[in-house]
Amino acid sequence: MSMTITEKILARAAGVELVRPGDLVMAKVDMCLGNDVTAPVAIDEFEKTGFDRVFDAEKIALIPDHFTPNKDIKSAQLAAQMRAFARKHAIVHYYEVGRVGVEHAFLPEQGLVGPGDLVVGADSHTCTYGALGAFATGVGSTDLAGAMATGEAWFRVPESHRFDFTGELGPYVTGKDIALFTIGQIGVDGALYKAMEFSGPTIMNLPMSSRFTICNMAIEAGGKSGIIAPDDTTRAYVSGRFRRTPLYYASDADAVYEKTYYWRADDIPLMVAKPHLPSNTQPASELSNVGIDQVVIGSCTNGRIEDLRQAAEILRGRKVHRDVRCIVIPATQAVWKQASEEGLLDIFVEAEAVVSAPTCGPCLGGHMGILAEGERAVSTTNRNFVGRMGHPESEVFLAGPYVAASSAVAGHITTPDQLGEGGRS
Amino acid sequence: MTVLRGRAWTFGRDIDTDQIIPARYLNMKTATELAQHVMEDADPTFSGKVRPGDIVVAKENFGCGSSREHAPLALKGAGVSVVIAKSFARIFYRNAFNTGLPILVAPEAVDGITEGDELEVDLADGRIVDVTSGVTYRAQPLPPFMRELVEAGGLLPYLKKRAEAHN
Repeated sequence: MSMTITEKILARAAGVELVRPGDLVMAKVDMCLGNDVTAPVAIDEFEKTGFDRVFDAEKIALIPDHFTPNKDIKSAQLAAQMRAFARKHAIVHYYEVGRVGVEHAFLPEQGLVGPGDLVVGADSHTCTYGALGAFATGVGSTDLAGAMATGEAWFRVPESHRFDFTGELGPYVTGKDIALFTIGQIGVDGALYKAMEFSGPTIMNLPMSSRFTICNMAIEAGGKSGIIAPDDTTRAYVSGRFRRTPLYYASDADAVYEKTYYWRADDIPLMVAKPHLPSNTQPASELSNVGIDQVVIGSCTNGRIEDLRQAAEILRGRKVHRDVRCIVIPATQAVWKQASEEGLLDIFVEAEAVVSAPTCGPCLGGHMGILAEGERAVSTTNRNFVGRMGHPESEVFLAGPYVAASSAVAGHITTPDQLGEGGRS
Repeated sequence: MTVLRGRAWTFGRDIDTDQIIPARYLNMKTATELAQHVMEDADPTFSGKVRPGDIVVAKENFGCGSSREHAPLALKGAGVSVVIAKSFARIFYRNAFNTGLPILVAPEAVDGITEGDELEVDLADGRIVDVTSGVTYRAQPLPPFMRELVEAGGLLPYLKKRAEAHN
């Protein structure tokens, strides 16, 4: 019987031969994770229910990244609770500030998640790991508590929707533009409860960084997961990195999809999602009348080394516009170090951008760049909901690193082509 | 026991979890603390006027966005007895069952109910009576597994019982 890659992973983890969309399964998790916001609620539930041990201290990742380095006393208390739990249960994958990074950049980078895995995380962007050919999905804190205690989680097997891209991407167009384009086409609930499988020559030509970005934003279309079948690019990425044995699955040729979309990559412009939904998209080139106060480059969506290289390509020899604060946040300690070695941090500092320690920080309006009333930001993050980055009357425009860096120089939304060689010293 | 009664508060589509409980308050985690800011970015006056038993009625994709369980916790803390929507985002749907916040999918009820209407909701059979207008609606029945979770008292008691049965 034919299955999609998603169905094959769920069947394997549930210990059955075959699953079909709509089936309800209890499945074993290969990794579960929580952060300093969601894990404390999970720990409360875990202890309240009377569980006294975790199912496997090597299959739980507790990642302090949201409000760290801690922004206030209350967030420090939450981090302390998670740290104490990690010590008590000898959690192997707990990482302290100075070693840690934004969870969905950090776990793949450190080889803690890989092809064929079933991963649940108490964070909606857990779907990022689908880029490795894993089934990974966001859950709540109670689900995390259950997974930490029993190693299992329940799933309704999702129908799969396939998003097939053919053709060459234009200059400066990256995974972020593909993600925003897709969400713009189908809406923020266009793939509600569905597994979003991205395929086609355009996708398979993308580097891992763009694949992570695309799967990261599956949740913004309501998706349960995003997934890309592993290929040589995936194998090269996990080789020498992934700490367990990768399981490479692919969808059968006659696998059943509830819907398939065929799109031309050549038609995808540099995209921006305007306030207050990720689906509210428009080509960046049409928004040059939008003045901005802040630019954020980072996050689990676009804080990897490739993203910083793109930003540096634009900012090299230029200055951030005098009315703009530009905040660059390497997603992990390793990304920070690599950016330093490549001279990218010097380029940012010379451009008069500020470089932060790894943190989710401003993406969710936590700290490190909160917007005041009436202010506007261009951000490489994933959500532009009301109040997402600060005051309820502030606005976030989502874009990729090329548009974000170009806009930082211009002081309004712009593309690298519109910027031309302007401002280079 | 399972008949709930309260006033309806109506909201539009795509009410995301940042509106239900903004991330600036996620340095707190108890239902009582979170309740003071519930729905703040959708309606800043909501936490001041909602009364125990009241019912949130929303259009499509309620609870989209973040996985934060603080969202159903904040609604529970404010005394919201049930959320009725045309559809729910999937993580919010899971979280509501896991934390014991009753939710019902009832598109026709959402179209028919006006803000301030007095509602009676029977969770056992999914009947929604708009006492103000006199119209009765039916919610979609709960999938059997979700009913099992509810009967067990939530996800963790369910898992605990299951783990003990295996040992």
